Amino acid sequence: MVALDFRVRGRFVSSVVGCIVRMVVKLHGAAFAACPRRVAACLYEKNVEFELVNVDLFAGDHKKPEFLQLHPFGLVPVIQDCDLTFFESRAIIRYYAEKYAGQGTDLLGKSLEDRATIEQWLEVEAHYFNEPAFSLAFQVLYAEKLGQEPDLNVIKSSEEKLTKVLDVYEERLSKSKYLGGEFFSLADLSHLPFAHYLINDSGKGYLFHDRKHVSAWWEDISSRPSWKKVLEL
Amino acid sequence: MAIKLHGSWMSTATLRVGATLYEKGLDFELVPVDLSAHEHKQENFLSLNPFGQVPAFEDGDLKLFESRAITKYIAYKYKEQGTELVGANFSEMPIIGVWMEVEAHHFAGPSTKLVWELCIKPMIGIPVDETVVEEATGKLNGVLDVYEARLAKNKYLGGDEFSLADLHHLPNIRYILMTPKASLFTSHPHVSRWWSDISSRPAWTKAAALSDAAIPKQA
Repeated sequence: MVALDFRVRGRFVSSVVGCIVRMVVKLHGAAFAACPRRVAACLYEKNVEFELVNVDLFAGDHKKPEFLQLHPFGLVPVIQDCDLTFFESRAIIRYYAEKYAGQGTDLLGKSLEDRATIEQWLEVEAHYFNEPAFSLAFQVLYAEKLGQEPDLNVIKSSEEKLTKVLDVYEERLSKSKYLGGEFFSLADLSHLPFAHYLINDSGKGYLFHDRKHVSAWWEDISSRPSWKKVLEL
Repeated sequence: MAIKLHGSWMSTATLRVGATLYEKGLDFELVPVDLSAHEHKQENFLSLNPFGQVPAFEDGDLKLFESRAITKYIAYKYKEQGTELVGANFSEMPIIGVWMEVEAHHFAGPSTKLVWELCIKPMIGIPVDETVVEEATGKLNGVLDVYEARLAKNKYLGGDEFSLADLHHLPNIRYILMTPKASLFTSHPHVSRWWSDISSRPAWTKAAALSDAAIPKQA
């Protein structure tokens, strides 16, 4: 706890010195895109004011030279906050969750041990849930729009992977209200965008609703006011 | 011993955590997990990591899995000792965090595929899939082009100081340098310079020696 307190004080000083005129955080992305939605959800939870700067993904704006100056891999989102420009949605949400630890929802827990467990499940989302969820959502929602035949093998293998992952989640959530413990955290928040695509847009809701604890967890986290606001962007 | 690392010195993810423990000068016990006997898929180990992957980690009552969560925990819990790995000031954190994510989401995918195809498969007698190798090589080369530009202006990925953003790369690069795809790294001069620096650190030298000893000798 001492280390956390020190960092809170350090943050306040560096925020005042670095940005005398309060500027609104700029979130470059598209309102429908998963990774910008992940960041927007976090900013709403932390009551951080931001402006969504639209990037036309279908026109390929994110691959043009001026955008590559902001993000060398040409992806959304990118954050501009005073003189800080950075990217990678999970780096962004960790930064704001810590910078504004004292306001809005506590997304990192109360101790280093809480934080470690949250980080573990955030890594699980990134390395086990994300890829099959993205692949499945892409094939079902976007393949045809981009002139491709949906790849049935990818759909099948992605569902198989997600089934195994959600079985682990079911076991975890039978013992713990949320992934990181008894409190909502970044680990749960990070799932919102792709789980929403799968359940609401892709007809794959049964993967979640067929599992009692996963289903209850989804009902809970998706009904948070911050997530509803994200969907209205 | 309060700190236990369940894994194998052959495993890149175990090496990632081992290097971090050595950077912090921490005593720990390596509890061997026999990967060739599929011990990581058996019930005892699954109680530590339900995804059946090494490593798993214990520090007193705390149990963790996922190497990048473990290294971060170690870096914050033991911040006051050994090497600073997550930035001395909060202002350094976002950029170190960015490049840790770049490693996890852009570098790890293609580099892990190359390690699997070119190092692990030959060891266990499975044929190499050349299509996968070609695709992963192309992707990794693109990632290293971005790294080259970054490291032309910065000594380390996170900025002026070594951090977890650099350390997380050590295991996969080590293995790829044992294969013909070493040229991916030698063809990028700033990346080469960076690699020489980070791989000569005493903590990594120690971990790499343990990995050398663990790799079965080919006849």
